[in-house]
Amino acid sequence: MSQLAVNLPGLQLKNPIMPASGCFGFGREYSQFYDLSTLGSIMIKATTVEPRFGNPTPRVAETTAGMLNAIGLQNPGLKKVINEELAWLDQFDVPIIANVAGSLEEDYIEVAREISKVSNVHALELNISCPNVKTGGIAFGTIPEVAKELTKRVKEVSSVPVYVKLSPNVSNIVEMAKAVEAGGADGLTMINTLIGMRLDLKTGKPVLANNTGGLSGPAIKPVAIRMIYEVSQHVNIPIIGMGGVQSAEDVIEFFYAGASAVAVGTANFVDPLVCPKIIEQLPVLLNELGFDHISECTGRSWKKNEKLAYHRA
Amino acid sequence: MIRNEECIVLSNQEIAHNIFELTLKGELVQQMNEPGQFVHLKVSDSVDPLLRRPISIAKIDQATDMFTMIFRAEGNGTKLLAQKRVGDVVDVLGPLGNGFPVEEAKAGSTALLVGGGIGVPPLYELSLRLKMRNVNVIHVLGFATKDAVFYEEKFAELGDTYIVTVDGTHGEKGFVTDVIAEQNLSFETLYTCGPTPMLRALEAAYPEKNVYLSLEERMGCGIGACFACVCRTQEDPTGYTYKKVCTDGPVFKGGEVLI
Repeated sequence: MSQLAVNLPGLQLKNPIMPASGCFGFGREYSQFYDLSTLGSIMIKATTVEPRFGNPTPRVAETTAGMLNAIGLQNPGLKKVINEELAWLDQFDVPIIANVAGSLEEDYIEVAREISKVSNVHALELNISCPNVKTGGIAFGTIPEVAKELTKRVKEVSSVPVYVKLSPNVSNIVEMAKAVEAGGADGLTMINTLIGMRLDLKTGKPVLANNTGGLSGPAIKPVAIRMIYEVSQHVNIPIIGMGGVQSAEDVIEFFYAGASAVAVGTANFVDPLVCPKIIEQLPVLLNELGFDHISECTGRSWKKNEKLAYHRA
Repeated sequence: MIRNEECIVLSNQEIAHNIFELTLKGELVQQMNEPGQFVHLKVSDSVDPLLRRPISIAKIDQATDMFTMIFRAEGNGTKLLAQKRVGDVVDVLGPLGNGFPVEEAKAGSTALLVGGGIGVPPLYELSLRLKMRNVNVIHVLGFATKDAVFYEEKFAELGDTYIVTVDGTHGEKGFVTDVIAEQNLSFETLYTCGPTPMLRALEAAYPEKNVYLSLEERMGCGIGACFACVCRTQEDPTGYTYKKVCTDGPVFKGGEVLI
């Protein structure tokens, strides 16, 4: 068996590496650079019932070792995503994780019900943490009871396992994680972006038209590691980790914190080939570190009585 | 086809105040088929600055695998780029986007090329190619001040060239639109690249002409995946229709997108 294959609810992955939602569109652009079947999975761009244009520009601003974005969930709507994007992705041997977004509970339910019926959609990622839309989204992601209830309702209609994407913009992320687990979530994905802001030196005004945006990139990695470290010790469902991943070393660190798979976001913008490069480097790094299989790394930071790799015969 | 290649710096020099001319060598030059396309450059190996920098292509030489860019060293990314020395390597993704359609200007006709500031560079390769097709070229190039003027002689070798500065320290004083009107310039096709207010004024002034505008917008990926650089279309100004500046543009036909 491959050193990299992992099994998660709904997902038999040939490797634990996948592009994060919103950083890969629906894969078309990146298919110019490599065969998408190389990927463990693809988290497609957030889908809402109706098409969305998104926010005015400027939508992105660079920050130290990171970037702010306020795209505003631009997407062609449920129908087109199913008929055009998912149909196109079907040519690749890769399970899709569909990111489900909305403003009202009914929106999430409709998208979840319909998109989960599509054959190449193997799991849903419930987006209750987008910081860039005016209504819904973030409200569902910051109040534990509301998040639990939404998870429950989406679980009732979904034909595939449901992962809930957690926002770091909360005072107690463990409480949120426990709430969605109690609501029936099959897994967690974390973290979404941190809300941030940049001001223009000359005008004194916000650089982004939306004023605030979601911070991503290497700058947020320590926050993601800490949150996964805390959450993974308090839930019994797997975590797909994300937040500033750029290299195979970063992936291993996320596993140590408690992740069972890892998504790559902003790094795709810098290097379109970053995902296949990480997938190629991982076995080399695992061998160097003395692991037979990547799953041995999960939770190493907090697991007790761990059989140390160098003790193995 | 888009390539990702480590290109070698052949020269990098300051040709006007804070304006640098950078020439790189790489096989991806063979993919550069249109003037007005751009490349996405990684200016440093570190995570700061993190993102690539989109820079337009000013000159293409496929015989020698060389291409030239002209940029203003203003932010921390372009300042690092300005420090590149001969022999250094630059990570280039490109060529990207759709350039100026040279075939839209017929042999024997006149094309007016209007550039503003750091929007001037892509017009140079465009002018070379139009000239090769026996199109008469007229250039109207606007700059903030005398120190910022570059490539005046190079453009003048190809056709009539009017330099305009906002403060009047070199050439005519005012804006490019003033000069086009004052000189009563006659042309069939208009190609332009520069600040958005300039593009807007030109589009409004010549609705009956064949106009092509190159837009600038903050970009993330540069390949169409991140949806950072979208704009609306004139046909559907409030709906869901959009164009991406990086992949549908940066050059659009006048009347196509909302600027």
